Amino acid sequence: MRYNALQILKQGLSGNRGWGRAWRKPDPKPTYDIVIIGGGGHGLATAYYLAAEHGLTNIAVLEKGYLGGGNVGRNTTIVRANYGLPGNSEFYSHSLRLWEGLEQELNYNVMHSQRGIINLFHSDGQRDAAARRGNAMRNQGDDAVLLGRDDCRKMLPYLDYDQTRFPIYGGLYHARGGTARHDAVAWGLARGADQRGVDLLENCEVTGIDIENGKVTGVQTSRGAIRAKKVAIVVAGRSSQVAAMAGMRLPIESHVLQAFVTEGLKPVIDHVVTYGMGHFYISQSDKGGLVFGGDLDFYPSYASRGNLPMVEHVMEAGMTLMPMLGKARLLRSWGGIMDMSPDGSPIIDSTPTEGLFLNCGWCYGGFKAVPGSGHCFAHLIATGRPHAAAAGFRLDRFATGRGLMDEEGTGAQHNLH
Amino acid sequence: MRLCDRGRINRSISLPFTFDGQLLTGHPGDTLASALLANGIRLMGRSFKYHRPRGVMTAGAEEPNALVEVGLGAAMVSNVRATVQELYEGLEARSQNRWPSLRVDALALNDLLSPFLGAGFYYKTFMWPQSFWERVYEPMIRRAAGLGSLVADADPARHEKAFAWCDLLVTGAGPTGLMAALAAGEAGAEVILADESSEPGGRLLSEVEDVGGMPATDWVDTCVARLRAMPNVRLMTRTVVTGAYDGGVYGAFERVGDHLSGPHADLPTDCFWRITARRAVLATGAIERPIAFADNDRPGVMMASAVRSYLNRYGVSPGKRVALFATNDDAYRTARDLRGAGVEVAAIIDPRDAAPAGAEFPVFSDAQVVGTGGRLGLRHIHVRTAGKTRRIPLDTLAVSGGWNPSLHLTSHMGARPQWRGDIHAFVPGNGSAGVPGLSAAGAANGVFDTAGCLAEGLRAARTVLEDLGIPAIAVDLPEAEQDAGRTAPLWLVPGKRRAWVDFQNDVTAKDVKMAGQEGFDSVEYMKRYTTQGMAPDQGKNSNVNALAILADATGRSIEQTGTTIYRPPYSPVPIGALGAGAQGKGFAPERFTTSHSASVARGAPMIEAGLWYRPSYFPAPGETTWRQACDREVTMVRSAVGVCDVSTLGKIELFGPDTGAFLDMVYANRFATLKPGKARYGIMLREDGHVMDDGTTARLSEDHWVMTTTTAAAGEVMAHLEMVQQCFMPQAQVRFTSTTDAWAQFAIAGPRSREVLDTLLDHRIDAETFPFMGCGAVRVNGIDARLFRISFSGEQAYELAVPTRFGTSLWRLLVAQAEGFGGGPYGMEALNVLRIEKGFLTHAELHGRTTAFDLGMQGILSSKKEFIGRAAAARPGLVDPDREQLVGLRPVDREIAIPAGAHLFGHDADPVRVNDEGYVTSSGYSPTLGRYIGLGFLRNGRGRHGEVIKLVDHLRDVYEFCMVCDPVFFDPDGGRARG
Amino acid sequence: MLIPCPLCGARDLREFTVKGSALTLDRPAADAMPEDWHGYLHLRDNPAGPSRELWWHGAGCGAWLVVQRNTVTHEILSVTLAEQEAGA
Repeated sequence: MRYNALQILKQGLSGNRGWGRAWRKPDPKPTYDIVIIGGGGHGLATAYYLAAEHGLTNIAVLEKGYLGGGNVGRNTTIVRANYGLPGNSEFYSHSLRLWEGLEQELNYNVMHSQRGIINLFHSDGQRDAAARRGNAMRNQGDDAVLLGRDDCRKMLPYLDYDQTRFPIYGGLYHARGGTARHDAVAWGLARGADQRGVDLLENCEVTGIDIENGKVTGVQTSRGAIRAKKVAIVVAGRSSQVAAMAGMRLPIESHVLQAFVTEGLKPVIDHVVTYGMGHFYISQSDKGGLVFGGDLDFYPSYASRGNLPMVEHVMEAGMTLMPMLGKARLLRSWGGIMDMSPDGSPIIDSTPTEGLFLNCGWCYGGFKAVPGSGHCFAHLIATGRPHAAAAGFRLDRFATGRGLMDEEGTGAQHNLH
Repeated sequence: MRLCDRGRINRSISLPFTFDGQLLTGHPGDTLASALLANGIRLMGRSFKYHRPRGVMTAGAEEPNALVEVGLGAAMVSNVRATVQELYEGLEARSQNRWPSLRVDALALNDLLSPFLGAGFYYKTFMWPQSFWERVYEPMIRRAAGLGSLVADADPARHEKAFAWCDLLVTGAGPTGLMAALAAGEAGAEVILADESSEPGGRLLSEVEDVGGMPATDWVDTCVARLRAMPNVRLMTRTVVTGAYDGGVYGAFERVGDHLSGPHADLPTDCFWRITARRAVLATGAIERPIAFADNDRPGVMMASAVRSYLNRYGVSPGKRVALFATNDDAYRTARDLRGAGVEVAAIIDPRDAAPAGAEFPVFSDAQVVGTGGRLGLRHIHVRTAGKTRRIPLDTLAVSGGWNPSLHLTSHMGARPQWRGDIHAFVPGNGSAGVPGLSAAGAANGVFDTAGCLAEGLRAARTVLEDLGIPAIAVDLPEAEQDAGRTAPLWLVPGKRRAWVDFQNDVTAKDVKMAGQEGFDSVEYMKRYTTQGMAPDQGKNSNVNALAILADATGRSIEQTGTTIYRPPYSPVPIGALGAGAQGKGFAPERFTTSHSASVARGAPMIEAGLWYRPSYFPAPGETTWRQACDREVTMVRSAVGVCDVSTLGKIELFGPDTGAFLDMVYANRFATLKPGKARYGIMLREDGHVMDDGTTARLSEDHWVMTTTTAAAGEVMAHLEMVQQCFMPQAQVRFTSTTDAWAQFAIAGPRSREVLDTLLDHRIDAETFPFMGCGAVRVNGIDARLFRISFSGEQAYELAVPTRFGTSLWRLLVAQAEGFGGGPYGMEALNVLRIEKGFLTHAELHGRTTAFDLGMQGILSSKKEFIGRAAAARPGLVDPDREQLVGLRPVDREIAIPAGAHLFGHDADPVRVNDEGYVTSSGYSPTLGRYIGLGFLRNGRGRHGEVIKLVDHLRDVYEFCMVCDPVFFDPDGGRARG
Repeated sequence: MLIPCPLCGARDLREFTVKGSALTLDRPAADAMPEDWHGYLHLRDNPAGPSRELWWHGAGCGAWLVVQRNTVTHEILSVTLAEQEAGA
């Protein structure tokens, strides 16, 4: 069923009884051409683009819980292409271009809102680093503007320009950056993949990966064995466990990242704003809640919850930067499990096992990557060759030291990115 | 309507307050909600989406409807629960989310459009044309959405944070919590008893019943008096425990001053507590749940327990003619209390087959409320019984669908609540993800009668005491009511009209069913698709009804459908409280050097350098720009002498015979061979082969060394040294400690630096006693000091260190003497230019992605020893000749500045990513060379000296050509420093 | 979260910094193969359950600690001095 205003009118007048299921709930078939392990944003996007761009539809997406139950539904909804290093720069640029027009392509309003993102800086050194990154964005063909303190004052009048501990020198403005309604992204991609014939198998946990003579042949699941010519692992948060089923040890450590939302408020923050002297980023959802987050809790964790020290640190950063926040109330906090890689950048690659592909290590930048990651992973799975925009996301870069993408410059310690 | 004879309010004092500008009065003991009801005001708010008129529904923090704005101007706080806000003199409250007024709200139009605005409608439209989302649709949706407003001015309230520790944290001071605190307190345990209300007692304050042979409120008073007399018990009212965290840590939010009129000098508005408790008892009681029936959201439809609270605790009747619609015996208790207060009971509508025998009120058995009427407030209801529908005029309907235990904290670590069919409610789960040390008791644990709660409180305390090894002392269990009443489940009265489930987010039973119909049939999908449970009440009023309706719609049991889990905070907490102390300068400590005041006195702008403040430059009379000052200071250092405070650099002192071997491990170059009395420059790598930091380390004597780190990396290096020593060289005889704060250290740089020193040192120095890179003990005006002949400017230079307490006076002396030789102080700007002229590095170049190879220091890596980072630095990718390497840059046009952050391209290349060959890290105007210069990294840069390349800064519209050169611009053989 | 430091007693999470897996203690020998260094620097078992980690009591005694901890429940199982594990 196409979604549009006329359909809403028609259904509304007939008691809304005609809306059908957003996607089917099929039973597993014994064999698929491609099995994608993981029904999160990246897995669903991979399935969608395999079907939409490569005409491959004999595909199953295996999800141990419910679709979009992982990080695609537990983030701060930020979408941007403001990376500085080669490898990342072209990929996020590619992903943002896919975001632009995603609604029309999926016939699903994911509320992608290009409201602009401003990374504040607080010293000459930070300005230089922001300029370097902004120029890299411009080299890539994306938008970036260097704002001075007075420009910031006009755009973000609610910041503390006079008393704050680390004065605001200016900001790097990326007008095409913004937010999207996170759950809707998963649902829109699921519906799109389903409409093209992909089987979305929920409550289907993978318990083993079958490999014969160095070649993948299928998977064992809680809903029975499924044979497949190709198997793709895209299970951020559980990558190490699933890869271990194929005998792989990954350069990944799992960490919890907390995020927060306030009670609903009338429009007050119109952009995405990030603080440069502490991890703090904030935007306001269309419903009115201020959505914000900070840094990892830093200890390895598989529990999707965190502790108070980071909660308080994030609130403290908010208070020094935008002291109006003191009057807003924190409504809910949650945690997501991040695949932290040694250079803070992801992996989209084939593996030593023939027919087995790997997509992991998104650290806490996975949401904005959803369409790009799915698009590039689908290309790799379908053609056997990396997509040009994701050619830097190689698994062997750590061993060789070639093409490391350490945006933070913090080195091979997983929790520092 | 104010009653004349009951409640815990002080009628002898009148408190004037306003609501939407209307002047009203109430009494101490009132909440804003009870005072409004006493003034006959029922319409208190508008709903989120359909802007339906709403009145107060509860008497607690879970209130979904009566959310208001309180206060004026910058101090205004929105979304305040009128049921929680205590009344004070002069309180100014306003309704929110309505325009132009509460009675006439333009967006109530949405209500008429509701068939088209059901669950998730926005996912299906607003897509054409594409550009309209940001320009038209989204602004429209944003303006319509939201609840109260946030005034953009800084929060003027004073917030605080505090820590507390105890043996036992009891959350909730109702019968269960009071009993638990009493038993544990009597036994001598350190107890914190926290309750969110203004006074302890919980439901007992709202019920007419006896405990221990006396009225329940008297028993509460007796009990509280006993607790207050115990030094080991801390009773915290207005304190809600918000979250359970690892290790027995709990967050708690205390409202300290928000019930008082005007600011109080000695009281904050609120306080966020971090309570570490060895054990905790959750005695948070239960929340009554509504029933979904047609138009069940009109002002005047309230929870039965709230009606009793207003009657018995606040002395207010919410109406003149009240009917009851309840699935349990609460209806009869409420009716009795109403009659006792002289309020007319219109009817009891009991959906159960057999209403309790001997009822004294008009009772409709096997009956349901199927509709309500009244535009801005309830005027009548429709009751269906025995196949007939009748209309009953009234102004208030009290509803009870049973009780949901407030078990939220028990699932803060992921434990799922369990369904108990016998009481039709979720109770705390006993799975593995429970909160260690926390147990629920009383109504929070599914025990709803008062006697049971008291017994549960006692039991819980005894278990805790036993666990902690504290001998229990006999405490009497008072007699109390034992009948919790019977509950029959009723979630939804079938019907065509909308029946509200989540009042706050305007989610109706139809929305929940539609979610099921569209395949959003797991509870997690339904919640996200309909937004049920995501409003400020976090589903406290709606979760169980919603999933029961979903279960019904999808043909599953409630047990199979399951529930979502709860996350902190239990109750919303102001960000101001969680971030207390950070506003303004409080976010991070401020570190000041001993020369700070003197620098400020000279007019030096102070800039942040990590946590430190350092002078940017020292303006001289007649100078109008920073550049003038900077150029003068650079020239001053190169031609005479300058003084600069370098105390912010990290200083670590090391002792012991194995120090040399230890330094050989942490530095990439050799240190064990360094002779006493000498210093050496070194670089440290991370284990992954990239440069972590650089600095000089001096060997003061055979076993005593002092290391210098950069200001930025001081903490990181200290942690690193500790790790290397403890984890890799635990046998090494070396000990070290940070002495950054113990020494004030000043650079004296320039051709006349030694002359300045000679005026201060007790013994003159010369090139032999202090050659380049020499170090040793000296005396300055009789004070023991350390002198290092090291240079970050390329001039003959020294760093003189004295104990911090002498820093201020030494700075004064040094500056005075320097001025006598044509010199003076210099700041960060000049320091930066001086080091760029010499190609020296800072963290602009050591940004964590560069290797010794990139910096041209590959030769420094010792091949004769093992050191941290050696193996990884040898990876092929880290020594690839095609890597970007440090170069100097000179603009072809001398007049054009080189902006740091610009990128580098081949002379004829388009400035696009695929042609990108590097970037500028540092730049400045060199008065010494009379031109702009810069440092940067360029692909294969060492092999390209002399090449003219293109520099592009898109952001600042700079496009120019530069000559690539050696990064050492000035005095390349270093003769001046060796002097 | 409280970490029972063997030298200081139970202390709040705020006083500690965590580096990651205690694998860091098993630094390869100087003549180890590049694969060994790759495994040491980058690859992780990353267990969901009991885990052996390296923490630093930086705002306390300065000791590096080996903390056995459950990554699913956050329960602390044991804490020892890294120095001892490293064979002091």
